[in-house]
Amino acid sequence: MDERLKPGKLRVRGHRVILNRSAGGDAGITVMLSLLGAFMFLPMLYVIMQSLKPLDELFMFPPRFFVIKPTLKNFRDLFLLMNDSWVPFSRYIFNTVFITFCGTLGNLIFASLAAYALAKIKFPGSRFIFSLIVTSLMFHSTVNQVTHFILLSAFGWIDSHLAIIVPALASTLGLYLMKQFMESSVSDAVLESARLDGASEFRIYLTIAMPMVKPAWLTLMIESFRGLWNTGSSIYIHSEQLKTFNYAISQILAGGIARSGAGAASTVIMMLVPILVFVINQSQIIQTFGSSGMKD
Amino acid sequence: MSKKKASSEKPVSRKDMTRWQWTWKEMKRNKVAYLMVGPFVILFFIFTVLPVLLSMVLSLTDFNMLQFPHFKGLSNYTRLFLEDEVFLIACKNTLIFASITGPVSYFMALIVAWFINELPPKIRAVVTLIFYAPSISGAVYMIWQTLFSSDSYGWINATLLNLGITDTPILFFQNESWVMPLCIVVALWTSLGTAFLAFIAGLQGVDTSQFEAGAVDGVKNRWQELWYITLPNMKPQLMFGAVLSITQSFGFGAVVTALCGFPSVNYAAHTIMHCLDDYGGQRYEIGYASAIAVVLFAIMITSNTLIKKMLSKVGQ
Repeated sequence: MDERLKPGKLRVRGHRVILNRSAGGDAGITVMLSLLGAFMFLPMLYVIMQSLKPLDELFMFPPRFFVIKPTLKNFRDLFLLMNDSWVPFSRYIFNTVFITFCGTLGNLIFASLAAYALAKIKFPGSRFIFSLIVTSLMFHSTVNQVTHFILLSAFGWIDSHLAIIVPALASTLGLYLMKQFMESSVSDAVLESARLDGASEFRIYLTIAMPMVKPAWLTLMIESFRGLWNTGSSIYIHSEQLKTFNYAISQILAGGIARSGAGAASTVIMMLVPILVFVINQSQIIQTFGSSGMKD
Repeated sequence: MSKKKASSEKPVSRKDMTRWQWTWKEMKRNKVAYLMVGPFVILFFIFTVLPVLLSMVLSLTDFNMLQFPHFKGLSNYTRLFLEDEVFLIACKNTLIFASITGPVSYFMALIVAWFINELPPKIRAVVTLIFYAPSISGAVYMIWQTLFSSDSYGWINATLLNLGITDTPILFFQNESWVMPLCIVVALWTSLGTAFLAFIAGLQGVDTSQFEAGAVDGVKNRWQELWYITLPNMKPQLMFGAVLSITQSFGFGAVVTALCGFPSVNYAAHTIMHCLDDYGGQRYEIGYASAIAVVLFAIMITSNTLIKKMLSKVGQ
């Protein structure tokens, strides 16, 4: 690992370094950043506004961007509305939480074990395995959906949560990030002395390597989490009671304008969870990406 | 980057053994490593490697999930490129879509990461969240449909009417010339994801003393600094980000379907992913769908390889 690539602190302005920074450049960057920021932020803000609008404001013409009299009625209605349907709303939420929890935990265990072996044990085939994993980052998993369907039918996993959870256990991005992070931040000398003391590889993994790469756990978890949390209407799941929260939202939104308040409310609930997870762990997640680089 | 583990046993007899004997001995010595990678590798093989190989095989057959497949040679491929007009439209759309969203999203991520790099840490965290949030929030992009809706509740149409720019609401998602640009904008909106975080981390990792040295050596402005010092220092992240951006740029089919329906009006935003869905998920022409998957796979791997070659020239 290059010394330069280690996560570090960059303090430029107001400190010891005086760099060539022009006021014009500063202004230009500020303007560009504000415009792009508005492009990113305003739609998010609009969802929140919609979710807080009372019915008369949702139907107001011309529509206003901002809410005048905010209310939480849409959120209450959402639960009432969906609890009247034959699959209760809480069931969709449970399905999404269940899929996300099992998939993320399993991915963390499988991928971190493999990452440790690939990063810190030299064995025949390790480079080949890793090169396959890097190649898998180069194509989108949608190419495999047809053959996935055949395989999952052969296993008898169609219309079961296994069809979503098990393939997610071997998602490769998390493994890649964790392996790179282990290579750069777990020192070989420490591992070697533990080996000389007779510790088994599993013990070293659990008691030495894993505690040293906590930021990578979080990153792996958020990567796995966001994929699974957003699981929508899947071609593998037919039963209504097994469908996910994201699917329920699309059904609510399909109800048209009359449901747009409830739709916006459910979208807000949906997006708050991953955003909170990210906010809490942001600095550690970014630290992990310090070692994410690829060599040609 | 990889450090080799110093072997704890002395490989004294290596010279006396054939390569295979040596490999076998090493494999036995590292049994525990295979136990550790085993569970992941088995699943990875079943759900990633095997499906690709299976597609390649099935693409040469007429498999339809019901009858036993017959070997058909390359006829699925000739049908794709010579007879299937929808597929050719989809190819064109996919290439337009990917060649815009891929590079634009990549440079947007890089430029935003660079802009916010010198902000104080607290403000930087907030700005990072604003840019990153759309990519982790899942179905939130559906709000674009509300914004651009063609009935009187669409905010954009109401604003345009109000300003007198148009006198009838524009049917954004039913209009052939609008669907593609709109889908591209929405795709870009959701695209500042993992690559963006990698760039932020890469920029923070550049050693400050190099900037000082650069300033002494005659780097005149921030653009020169970016090109001569910053970018070459974060090349590994640039590679990683490129791979993710390209892969992502081929995966926006769900966004298109959610916004424009399936199929989109006159196939104006029909992509190869949609062809795949159509033949694989609905018509069960698995052999033909597999040929589509193989073509898509080849396009993705080729573009990744080309871009990586190009990127290795950064800062030279």
